[in-house]
Amino acid sequence: MTDLRTAIARKRALDGLFALLALLALLTGLLALLALVVDLALDGAGRLSAQFLTSYPSRVPERAGILSAWVGTTLVMLVTALAAVPLGVAAGIYLEEYAPKHWLTDLIEINIANLAGVPSIVYGLMALGLLVYRLRLGQSILTGGLTLALLILPIVIVATREALRAVPGTVREAAYALGATRWQTVRDHVVTAATGGIITGIIVGLSRAIGETAPLVTIGALTFIAFLPPPPVQPNPPWISFDWLFAPFTVVPIQMFNWISRPQPAFHANAAATGLVLLAMTLAMNAVAIYLRYRLRRRLAW
Amino acid sequence: MRRSRRRRIGERAIEGALCLAAASSIAVTLGIVSTLVGEAVPFFQQVSLLEFLTDTMWTPLFAQARFGILPLVAGTLVTTAVALAVALPVGTLAAIYLSEYASRRVREVVKPILELLSAVPTVVYGYFALLFVTPALQRLIPGLPGFNMLSAGLVMGVMIVPYISSLSEDAMRAVPMHLREASYAVGASTFQTAVRVVVPAAVSGLAAAYILGVSRAVGETMIVAIAAGMQPHLTWNPLDPAATITAYIVQVSLGDLPHGSLGYQSIFAAGLTLMAITLVFNIAGHLLRKRFREAY
Repeated sequence: MTDLRTAIARKRALDGLFALLALLALLTGLLALLALVVDLALDGAGRLSAQFLTSYPSRVPERAGILSAWVGTTLVMLVTALAAVPLGVAAGIYLEEYAPKHWLTDLIEINIANLAGVPSIVYGLMALGLLVYRLRLGQSILTGGLTLALLILPIVIVATREALRAVPGTVREAAYALGATRWQTVRDHVVTAATGGIITGIIVGLSRAIGETAPLVTIGALTFIAFLPPPPVQPNPPWISFDWLFAPFTVVPIQMFNWISRPQPAFHANAAATGLVLLAMTLAMNAVAIYLRYRLRRRLAW
Repeated sequence: MRRSRRRRIGERAIEGALCLAAASSIAVTLGIVSTLVGEAVPFFQQVSLLEFLTDTMWTPLFAQARFGILPLVAGTLVTTAVALAVALPVGTLAAIYLSEYASRRVREVVKPILELLSAVPTVVYGYFALLFVTPALQRLIPGLPGFNMLSAGLVMGVMIVPYISSLSEDAMRAVPMHLREASYAVGASTFQTAVRVVVPAAVSGLAAAYILGVSRAVGETMIVAIAAGMQPHLTWNPLDPAATITAYIVQVSLGDLPHGSLGYQSIFAAGLTLMAITLVFNIAGHLLRKRFREAY
């Protein structure tokens, strides 16, 4: 009897010990995130100011800022979104709503799974060889935006497919029963119902693209830019100009990388402040995505 | 009648356009492979494959250029091993906790926060590794150089945790409830159920998670480029500085190499090596994941 009791007690103790260990592992991950944010804030919060956001990089760390970097990031993201969203959503719609089940569809599916696992720097090499030199787009905003668009394409496709898959078949059948064509069904009912999920995927994809450094370093984005690209709206006819697409550029993560690589601690403070800006952007985008996903799950009551 | 015909043509056109969009993903793959191979072929015409695979020095930019990929592969393997030493236990245990111990409410809050770890830009992790983790480690290990693979690997491990915990948790939650109930019915504790029933049942899913984690670590660039240094150097000691395959590509890209030179081509040969390594892992992970989905 006492043997049994001790055996049970030992089993319980072991169970508690293991639960504690597993909880500790979980906390390690969360603490690392906290340490990272606190470290950046301690090092960089002092440098965050209006001056920092409105100045060009400079040899004097106190006068330097990230104006050209965040303008570059905004323009590159514009190109990325304009290229990746239509292409990725269309591909997702085809694979989920149209594609017949045969070898080509299988091939496309395996291919997308593989593309999602290709290291980002390989996309950079592809862009360097193909976009920069063979298509002669140069080391421009257009090249950078397209590179990141290809990089996040699998994310957008997979998210679109998952959102479409969650729409029940009854919605489609109801539309068909009223005589709608396939495209009318998809456009007016299925995609409309899946919009929230698709937008969540797009936000996650773009937040990934904002933080990407390696592929843009590879295509030769510059690290020191003390001017802005030509504005898209001109004072003279024809008023709209696309010259900015072909302008050299830098982005926020590359500016940060550049400052980390310098030996002076004052530049490291600039890097930390830039990191805070970058982190705020990506975490805010992810928070929006998490919130959307949460709301969608509650509202979905098919 | 005419209207329905026009409608049919319109439907066909739209289907064609959508199909073209889906097929564009194959064009991306073709673009990647053709560019890497196209630039690497002239490289291998000047450097023999034997030298590439067996030479122990990688100095393409020196006057006496040597082209042995081994130092870069060693750097990649060491940083990956350190990262996995962190990410596998932490990720697996976190997954077990979330799947077997945590209440629904805890899971709903903690899981998204944990996944934020993979949303942090890698250049920010690089900063953290170089300017926070390395100085902390230097206090523990006197004489540790400012650039070292240990610190880069540790931080990379933290970055990979959510990839592993998320996929592992999915695999464990896919294990049917009746297996757990049977285990509890014969008097097993949560710990015994988790380790002897749930984990073995989810093993192919766990393996897929680990393999995808390895592939992430091998392809990770900015953390190692910032914190492990960029000097190619054949060493298996994680306390040393060394360059990985990815760090070498960054180092060359930062300089101004003329298009078409041997140094320029060398980054494509390095990229092809990287692509080959990750492709093997990705395909293995994909196959395993398919298997665990079909299991029940």
